[in-house]
Order: sequence, then C-alpha cells, then structure tokens
Amino acid sequence: VTAPTTRCPPRWKEQDVRGNQVLRFAALGVVGVLLAAGCSSSKHSTAAPSSSGAAPAGSSSPVAAGSSAPAAAGSSAPAATGSSAPAAASSSAPAPAAPGAVNLTFWSWVPQIGKVVDLWNSTHPAIHVTVNTAAQGDALYTKLLTAAKAGNAPDVSQVEYQALPSMVSNGVIDNIAGKIGSVQSDYSAGIWSQVTLGTNAVYGLPQDSGPMMLYYRVDLFKKYGLTVPATWADFATDAATLRTKDPSAHLTTFSSGDPGWFAGLAAQAGAKWWGLSGSTWSVNINDAATQKVAAYWNDLVSKGTIAGEPMFTPQWNKDLDSGALLTWPSAIWAPGVLTTAAPDTKGDWAVAPMPQWTAGANVTGFWGGSSTAVIAKTKHEAQAIQFATWLNTDPTAVQALVLDGGIYPAATPGQSVPALQQAPPFFPNEPDFYKTAAGLASTAVGFNWGPDVTVTYNTYTDAFGKAITSKTAFSSAVNTMQTTTVADMKKSGFTLAGS
Amino acid sequence: MFCSPAVAFFVCFLLIPTGYAIWLSLRDSKVVGSGLTPGSRSEHFAGFGNYSAALRDPAFVSSLLRMLLYGAIVVPIMLGLALLFALILDSSVARLRRFARISIFLPYAVPGVIASLLWGFLYLPHVSPFIYAAQRLHLPVPNFFLPSTIIGSVANIAIWGGTGFNMIVLFTALRSIPPELYDSARVDGCNELQLATKIKLPMLIPALILTSVFSLIATLQVFNEPTTLKPLTNVISSAWMPLMKVYRDGFINGNLYLAAATSVIIAAITLVASFGFLRIVQDRAFGED
Repeated sequence: VTAPTTRCPPRWKEQDVRGNQVLRFAALGVVGVLLAAGCSSSKHSTAAPSSSGAAPAGSSSPVAAGSSAPAAAGSSAPAATGSSAPAAASSSAPAPAAPGAVNLTFWSWVPQIGKVVDLWNSTHPAIHVTVNTAAQGDALYTKLLTAAKAGNAPDVSQVEYQALPSMVSNGVIDNIAGKIGSVQSDYSAGIWSQVTLGTNAVYGLPQDSGPMMLYYRVDLFKKYGLTVPATWADFATDAATLRTKDPSAHLTTFSSGDPGWFAGLAAQAGAKWWGLSGSTWSVNINDAATQKVAAYWNDLVSKGTIAGEPMFTPQWNKDLDSGALLTWPSAIWAPGVLTTAAPDTKGDWAVAPMPQWTAGANVTGFWGGSSTAVIAKTKHEAQAIQFATWLNTDPTAVQALVLDGGIYPAATPGQSVPALQQAPPFFPNEPDFYKTAAGLASTAVGFNWGPDVTVTYNTYTDAFGKAITSKTAFSSAVNTMQTTTVADMKKSGFTLAGS
Repeated sequence: MFCSPAVAFFVCFLLIPTGYAIWLSLRDSKVVGSGLTPGSRSEHFAGFGNYSAALRDPAFVSSLLRMLLYGAIVVPIMLGLALLFALILDSSVARLRRFARISIFLPYAVPGVIASLLWGFLYLPHVSPFIYAAQRLHLPVPNFFLPSTIIGSVANIAIWGGTGFNMIVLFTALRSIPPELYDSARVDGCNELQLATKIKLPMLIPALILTSVFSLIATLQVFNEPTTLKPLTNVISSAWMPLMKVYRDGFINGNLYLAAATSVIIAAITLVASFGFLRIVQDRAFGED
C-alpha cells in the first residue's frame, strides 16, 4: 500500500488509561450528545467526526483508505501511532504449517492481506507464510530497524519506495539482483527504477503504485463554464475564473501536510531530488523543476486563487462534498478516498490526465507506492523471493490484492486483472476508468529516493506550513528542504557530491 | 526481603530502561560511502554530541519556550477554575451538586486524543459550529488556527479535560475538613466568603500543591493534543512541543540517539521543576509553623 506522506499522527489511539470502561462509554455518549447538539451547521457536520478518523489514515496511507472496503481506514489509523499502539494486530494462520515446511513471516499493512496470504498457504504447503499487520509506514520501519538489531526481523516486509534506501543503509534490506529470475519484464521502466535507486541493484519487488491524475467535478465545471485544464497555465486560469463565478469555492487546495503529493508534482516537472553515482550521492531538491512547481503554487496560494489548507481533514472532506473544492490532483487510489470523504458526490467526478507543463506533453508523477522487500537476515531468501514474486505478479494474488486490499498493482499484467475491468463504484459515469488509468500509469515518472526521505518530508511539512501561514516564499521552503536534507546526510556520513 | 518485588520492578521497569536511554543518548551511528553496501553503518560512542545537538537546535529551544507559555496559560486557569468549582460545590449555596460535579468531571474521562479530535472539528472554519454561529450573528469570526491563537486553542483542550480531575481532588480535600471548624468559624461571625478564604483555602494548600505538581508534569509532557491537531493546520510544526520533537527524531526520522538525548534533557527538566517547586512551596506553606 502506498503511504505517500510520512506523517503519522496518533489517531484514536487508546493510550489514555485514565478512567474505566464505564466512564469511557459515558464520555463517548457525551461527545455524541455534544456533537449532535452543537453541530447544526449542516447535515455533514455530524457525519464529519467519523470521517475525521478515516481521513488522516488516508493521508498517511491513501491506498489503504482507497480500498473500497471501509474497514481499510479503520485498520490503518491506529497503527500510525508507533509500536505501543494497540493496532489491529492480526495474524492469519487458519491453515497450520505442514510438518517440515519453511516458515516465513511477512509484515504488511495492505487491508485484508491475510486473505491474500491464505491463498498462498493453501497452494504452497512447503512454504508457510504468517502475516503480521501490527504497524504501517514509519511505525513499521521503526519496528523493522529495532527487530533487525534484535535479530527477530521478519523474512519479508512491505516497504514504501521512498523508505527503501534508508532500510538498505541500515542493513535491513540487501540487494537481491540476480536472484529474481525474469520478473523485471513484468514492470514498466518507471516503476522498476523505484526499487533499484538507479543502480544495478534490486531492493524489492514493486507491489503497487500511485500514478497521478486530475479528478474534477463534471457538474460544477459545466455550471461555471470551465474547461478541463490541459496545462498548468489553463489550471491557473480556471482557478481565477472560478473565484469570480463563486467566491466561496476554490479549484483546489495546496496541502502542506502531504510531501508525497508535492514530490509527485515535482517529478512530473522533471525534478530529480536524489542521484547516486558510484558511492556518491547528489541532492537536488531545489532544482529548477521543483522551484518552478513551488513558484507556480506560491502564486496561486498567495493570491488566494486556490486554498492553502491541508488535505485529509474534516474540513477538506466537507469542502469536497459540498463543492467548495472542484478538483483534486491526486493518484489512482483517489476513488476510495472520495467515497468516504465526499459521499454525496457519487457520479459527479471524472478523471483527466494531469495538467502538463508543456502543451501536448504527456507525463505525470507518482504519489505513493510500495514494494515487497526481502529482509537481509532471512534464513530462507529463495523462498522469500518466491513468495514476493507470487504476491505481486501471480494473477490470482494480484486479483485478491485489488479486490481485498484496494491497491493498484505495479506489475503491468496485473493492471488488466478482472477486478480492474469495471469502473470503481464511485465513478459509475466513467466505465473506462481503469483503461484510462492504465494509459496514464504508463506515462508516470519518478525519481530516485535518497537515504533520509523522512527528514526531507518532515521538513516539507514544517517549512511549507510556515510559508503558507507567514506568507513567505515557497522557494525558500524548498531551499530549507535542500539544506536540511544535505545537513542530515552529511551528519550521517554519506558521501555527497560537491563536498 | 519484603521490598524485593518493589526493587525488582523498580530495576526492571525504571532503572534499566532509563539506563538504556542514557546509554543510547551517548551513542550515534555513521555510514561510509553510499551507505548501501552491507556493513557500511557502524555505531560509535558520541559523548555528549547528541546533547549539544539537541540544545543547539533552535526548534527545540523554541519548543521549550512555547511549552513555558503553554504552562503559564494552562496551569493557573485550570487550577483556578478547579478551585472555584470546588469551593462553589462545597458551599451551602450550591444546587444540583451531584449533577454539576459529574458534568464538570466528565471531560476528564474523554481520552486526550478523542478530545483533541472533537475540538479540532470545532476549530476548523468550514465545519465549526462556533464560526458558523458567529457568521450568522454577524459577530467577529474567530480563527483558532493562527500562529497567535493556536496555543490558546491547544491550552483550551487541556483545560477542558483537566479541570474536572483537579476539582474532584480539591473537593475531596474540602470534604475531609472537619465540620466543627466551620461551626466555630460561623459562631465567630464568618460569612460564606470569609469561610472560603480564611478556613478552606489554607486547609487546601497540600491538595493544591499536589494538583500543581501534577499539572506541571502534565505540561512538560504535553503531546497528545498538539499532535492530534497537527494534520488539521499549517501552524503546528513537527517539533512544536519538546515531546513532539522526541517523537519526530526517534520514530519518524529514525534517530533514536538524538531522541534519547532529548528525552533525558526533558526528564531532567521535569525532575528539577517538580522538586524545585515542591521545595519552594513547602518552605512557604509549612515553614511558618
């Protein structure tokens, strides 16, 4: 599952031990009464608290929320809080391992991954896989680091693309190039580069991806006479036109809370934040492409042409649902998020290619995506690779991942499994949704990730939050990302170009 | 012999983890080259490097100052309200005592994260009933998420949640004052107000000290409320409060060594502040006897 942002807010974490059960129930009752009494502003108000639980989970793991199963959001939310969270820890082991079978442990937070693994266990008696879904995203990486140190790491784990280099540099994951057969041919070059760091190494098998596309309100575009923007210049014109037609609405919002989103936008413009040549890293977060993207959005936000509020909040849900936001430059997993965020707008949305920087071009970025990585210290590397390959390329497995886990498969053959032959339920007006999506997916480009993406992402959230509040230049926020990232890499001892 | 379970628990669950945190805080890890080849990362002794890095971090210093401001808002208001409610409930003028006591106490039973989600919802402009009402009534529209107002918005959640607990502690202490004292005071011509200020307040001092120390420690550990509000707004940074910085360094950026050093600093501040406070007030409160 993709977790494009690295912020993992503790949500609904039952860490508070004060009070007993009775009091807690009483409290919830009071909260309910308060909400019912206090929120008379609209019918969405009372609906919002439940989605406020789902929304941030979506922000830290949009594909989890993007699953058509509503349980996805719930299962991903508490796990974000770290190792102490009483997350929905479950292990799927209905079929006991056959005697003499190899036992593999697999960490993942794909919703209902246990069902997919059951398929494997029922057809592969010699290799028994046990799933642990106790953590996701950053919390899972912290656990992986600790477990690797303590010598009880799993054999296979889900790892987002941007976290691979850091896991490799911590010795958690090792190069498996040369041991993976011909599986590379199942992937497009853009996706494959996400697991190689631009080298000859292979650090995991791509599982899912988040090619970006533009979602817009068909009905409101018609109402205000807007045309679907082909370029970012058109997008800015639409944004300004909309403000004159309806001062209470915005074309979109610029979110300081979603660094993965900004990284995808920058990649679309041609940004290459990290590079690796031999054993020397280069860091170019403030390259011309990124500065171009930052300046573009800075202009729109500072003039109030678009909003500057974070995504995945109750307010964002309400604005999407009420038509105060007309577009969402998002990724392929957006339908699942819209289903919970804007339930009243079913059938009102359509999908278009991302606006382009050059008219006539056809390129987009990725927002999110993760791989299945084989842990360096596993005693059963061959079996682990066999399982990872099956999970991400076998048609039965991919079909189950799509249906139960709500992911968009990274492997090209997987993009035409039966589950992807019909439109998402929220888009009844777009019968060719996944056909369009697959076409756009092939135009997506990414860049190589560096070994300290969490630091970069965290700096994005702080620096852009500050830039929006204090109305300072986005370009200096980008520069802060660059200097903080470089300083952190230097401190850690990485060899950097030009130093 | 009899205290061996206590000693064992103390060693296992306090001494060893604390010792390990201090050990971690003196370590650091470094890579060579690209850091991608196996074995390129090694742990080494860092001396006080992590401590000086933490103390030289402007974000940490400003989070400490912000915490001071937050404490200066929360502790007096929360304890003041708690004291006021306790005195009113204890006085003979109060009606519906049981109901009032429960309704003031109830917010405390709401877990901090849930309370923050609830308040966050009430703060967000487009979904807030307060802002909706203000707009309808043509009153000045408040903005709870400005750099200048956010600390009050966070403090409000803590006060909302904490007043009830402190009130119950103070109220219980009031109830344990022997009623003969009141009788004799009334015989001497005390009215309700004088009774409160001349008899009850001095008798409450130990309970007030207790609640102050608890509130002080809670202030130093403020984490849930701002962390839960953070994704809703641009104004809360990842190191907005000291413990948020520890969480960020340790669990997002993966630098447990720096996080450990910062934790040790915060623990030291907590110890000094609580014992310092106790020292001062005890001299004041009991030194006059």
